[in-house]
Amino acid sequence: MAFLELKNVSKGYGHGHDRVDVLKDISMSIDEGEFVAIIGFSGSGKTTLISLISGLIEPDEGEILLNGKPITGPGPDRGVVFQNYSLLPWLTVEGNVALAVNEVFKDWDAERRHEQVLQYVEMVNLTPALQKRPSELSGGMRQRVSVARALAMNPQILLLDEPLSALDALTRGTLQTEIEKIWRNDKKTVILITNDVDEGIILADRIIPLNPGPNATLGPQFDINIDRPRDLNQLNDDDVYKKLKPEIVEYMLEIGDKSASETTLGDLELPDIQPKDLRLKLA
Amino acid sequence: MANKIINFLSFCGLTWFIPFVRLCAGENPKDQVRDIITVIGIPIIAILIFLGFWSFTAAQIKTSLGNLPGPVAVMESGRTLMDEHAAERTKEQAFYERQEQRNAKKLAKNPGAEVKIRKYTGKPTYIDQIGTSLFTVFTGFLIASLIAVPIGVICGLNKYVMTAFNPLIQIFKPVSPLAWLPIVTMVVSALYTTTDGWFEKSFITSAITVALCSLWPSLINTALGVASIDKDYINVAKVLKLGFFEKIFKIVLPASLPYIFTGLRISLGVGWMVLIAAEMLAQNPGLGKFVWDEFQNGSSHSLARILVAVFTIGLIGFMLDRIMVVFQKFVSFGQDVVSA
Repeated sequence: MAFLELKNVSKGYGHGHDRVDVLKDISMSIDEGEFVAIIGFSGSGKTTLISLISGLIEPDEGEILLNGKPITGPGPDRGVVFQNYSLLPWLTVEGNVALAVNEVFKDWDAERRHEQVLQYVEMVNLTPALQKRPSELSGGMRQRVSVARALAMNPQILLLDEPLSALDALTRGTLQTEIEKIWRNDKKTVILITNDVDEGIILADRIIPLNPGPNATLGPQFDINIDRPRDLNQLNDDDVYKKLKPEIVEYMLEIGDKSASETTLGDLELPDIQPKDLRLKLA
Repeated sequence: MANKIINFLSFCGLTWFIPFVRLCAGENPKDQVRDIITVIGIPIIAILIFLGFWSFTAAQIKTSLGNLPGPVAVMESGRTLMDEHAAERTKEQAFYERQEQRNAKKLAKNPGAEVKIRKYTGKPTYIDQIGTSLFTVFTGFLIASLIAVPIGVICGLNKYVMTAFNPLIQIFKPVSPLAWLPIVTMVVSALYTTTDGWFEKSFITSAITVALCSLWPSLINTALGVASIDKDYINVAKVLKLGFFEKIFKIVLPASLPYIFTGLRISLGVGWMVLIAAEMLAQNPGLGKFVWDEFQNGSSHSLARILVAVFTIGLIGFMLDRIMVVFQKFVSFGQDVVSA
């Protein structure tokens, strides 16, 4: 039995004429300990998918099973790392992680909870910033706090919603390595939502493209059989990588084009204007 | 060191003094002098122009109480009020000293004698009146906050409650304190019938009127702040499965504190403005009553003394606002606060 299973899940927003169907007939199953990346264009319904799994929204049709039991609402068994960190600005790094730990492990004594907080802050290398507030941290540090908060709840599954998309390339690389290391030690089930093919290849066991919405469906999956730990610098010489990357990119471009050609302008009347001279007059 | 002082000054909104600190710290003197001229020179010039305009115009206006007082007359009145305060305090001290001497003599004659210290019953000085006003406005403000913030939170959380409260808020918000006062006076007289002397009726009436007029900005801002909490924070609460009260105290209230304090700041300003009118009519012995008494008194000094009160009211209002700005900044965690 699959660990997490989505069965014919559909979700749309609005009613009548304004209704937009975001996801249509999504089915997938994820095994325990697997790292799955879902890749899609902006606006293809990636965040809707992760909100469905986290239980923040409910599907219109179909069902989502975790360990064979349907998901009925959000809960700490699914740790979410939100795209924009969603740290509470009035709490310190310690406070943010402690809020989650104190809530989830109510029956532990204070000392054990405190240790749990320190352990996970240490895991993301933020012990020196323990007493700082989010506004004093860089984007990468904030995202690490967010990861620490999610992991400290000891969830069964970790949901990462474009966790690195707001960061600069260098920080992103470091954090990718860090996330991979944490995953290797922890062997948690992880679903990563991303729009970066390389990020998917470095981190995931499996990449599933999400075809652009409305009515987004899942594309064919790509298994990534590259040995871990994967080094971004050596990846370029890896044969599997060299074969896989163009395949995925080509598929993404194809579905991108298809969706662009499907979105017609309709009967929109365009102005009858021809550009005369596009060169700059320099003199 | 210098940076710490500068941060503290800008935190308190005392930006005027920053160039001086920089100058002392030895930063480029030319820049600092230019800064001093802009942040202090320009306001001083504006004030001087205002004073000149005032003394010129005042001299032209003849009232039944003599000429409208100019800046100099007002300054003198201010000094007189301070002297009167000092004189009254000396009198008070002398009064208590006399009693103590008398009591000591009595006890020397007969160790078993009962001695009493009688309270001084002189009239309140200007400083006492300022104190009364501040105490009254804070009491009213406290009542208003205790009502407004909880209702505001409930309104912000539930749009049906908001829809229910909205017409009431909109109708009561613009009502003048002068309209509330007679009703409050009658209700207080009817309900507060004890004679334990804890509070004067006039004090309760004024405080409640202040509360009635100043609770609306806090209520509306709290509701707005709670309603516009970042959805991510609510999602965090959902993922953690926080209970209702935990959600309120750990997420909702901290997240909307900047809005709540903006509301409280406006409320305190409104309350201070309303208080003067309320004190005039309720005869609460504060600045409002001072102005009213001076007006009724109608001596040649009255107008100057009233003008002293005008400036006092303005300065205290300004100080209260600054204090609220500090609180506001304290709870905003790095977000900007408009301190104009």
